[in-house]
Amino acid sequence: MKAVGFLMLPAGWFLVLAAIVLFASPPLRAAFVLAGVAVEVLGLILAFRSHLIPREEKG
Amino acid sequence: MPVLRLPEVTTAACLFFIFLVPFAGAGLALMNVGLGRSRSAGHMMMASLCALAVAGLAYFVCGFAWQGSIGSPGHVLILLGRSWNWIAEEPFFFRKLSFDGSAASLTALFQIFCVGLAALIPLGSGADRWRLRASCLSTALLAAWTYPLFAHWVWGGGWLAQLGVNYGIGRGFLDVGGAGSIQVMGGLTALAVTWILGPRRGKYSADGMAPAIPGHNSVLVLFGCVLALVGWVGLNSAGAILFTGGVPSGAALIGINTILAASASALTAAFITKVRFGKPDASLTANGWVGGLVASSASCAFVSPAEAVVIGSIAGTLVTFSIEWLELRMEVDDPSGSVSVHAVGGIWGLLALGVFGQFQRPVLNIAGDTLPGGMNGIITSQWLAQLIGVATLLGFVLPLTYGANRLLNRFYAFRVSVEGERQGMDLHELGAGAYPEFVTHTDEFLPR
Repeated sequence: MKAVGFLMLPAGWFLVLAAIVLFASPPLRAAFVLAGVAVEVLGLILAFRSHLIPREEKG
Repeated sequence: MPVLRLPEVTTAACLFFIFLVPFAGAGLALMNVGLGRSRSAGHMMMASLCALAVAGLAYFVCGFAWQGSIGSPGHVLILLGRSWNWIAEEPFFFRKLSFDGSAASLTALFQIFCVGLAALIPLGSGADRWRLRASCLSTALLAAWTYPLFAHWVWGGGWLAQLGVNYGIGRGFLDVGGAGSIQVMGGLTALAVTWILGPRRGKYSADGMAPAIPGHNSVLVLFGCVLALVGWVGLNSAGAILFTGGVPSGAALIGINTILAASASALTAAFITKVRFGKPDASLTANGWVGGLVASSASCAFVSPAEAVVIGSIAGTLVTFSIEWLELRMEVDDPSGSVSVHAVGGIWGLLALGVFGQFQRPVLNIAGDTLPGGMNGIITSQWLAQLIGVATLLGFVLPLTYGANRLLNRFYAFRVSVEGERQGMDLHELGAGAYPEFVTHTDEFLPR
């Protein structure tokens, strides 16, 4: 889960970069940038969840 | 490329503001000390001093070479006919930098303080368990590579700053006083360090409870807030002059916006904690204050005082709830709240510029070019430029800093031993406590 989370962060960023380079239309570009940010947020959630401490290690 | 020079008066004002910046570092260091345990207080101050020293030297050796300044040469990538300036091409050791009042020399001076400030942020998150040498190594990495790279993209005429010129996206990514380049950079590094170190022993129990480990000196924390304000006024004012073409007379608005954002943020945090817990919480209020300062950094030159109050109030709310959410739900043990204050507050500040920013004057942004003034950030798609900057911080800077620090941790363990943590960092790593007089000696009670 940790690896997936950390891979999704740059994946979202590449979507953002692709949107800047490939789309000239402002609404399309904005939509793809938002999609990239959404992927990053999902990656961040996974990264946070993968760092939760297992119950047996607490205390 | 001709050397960019500022008028004499602007140079003098800029120097004055730059020399205020170390107060921000002093404030953050005091806050980190106060929010940690008494048995690690001396170690934290020592780590802060070492971080400033290492950051300054690493930046001198190669940091500035990769960051550069507006108008300096850079490595350019051509993508579909548009240039992407991704790293500067300056020589190491400040060679070729003329110290004659050029904008580049002022930038170098300003940045050497800024990189130190960014390096202080993760220290608070690793309090009570981060070894001194490991924190120095991590700081060197930050100052020599991560910070200069992103700062070049924003402040050195890099591709984020060029978004407006190359792609018509607002005025490009704008960050007047370093909400992204300094604060979010430091906050995300703090998050990476916290993840790598893990929580302090006894912080999370098997029954799901997370007992509070309160800071040992709220006076230091609150005094740190006052010092930080002085530094932040300098930080925001100098940044506005160097990176957006501001004039010294604009410092009045910047100073007012900075203190209003901090005040609104601190009072919001105090109000929220009073309503929720019955009494205002000093450490959360202090964190709210700094969160407001952080949020003000991005937009202080481009918003009205009323908008600064709104930005500060939202920052105070975000910081207060974020600290609780990270600590209790995400099990991120961050004694100083650095992740929430600097990363969350900074991201909000960057986005707020896109929402509230009013560009009544032209903005200096890349290679000495100015982009025209007029219109609100929403209308000019400035919000999109800001969002792209935030996406770069989350999608590039966080994985980079996490991966690099994790690799470093494999070669030199970040975390102190169990015995060292029990003993306290002062005794274990420095051999002496910060408060030796606090120790009760039995012979003091013997009859003389």
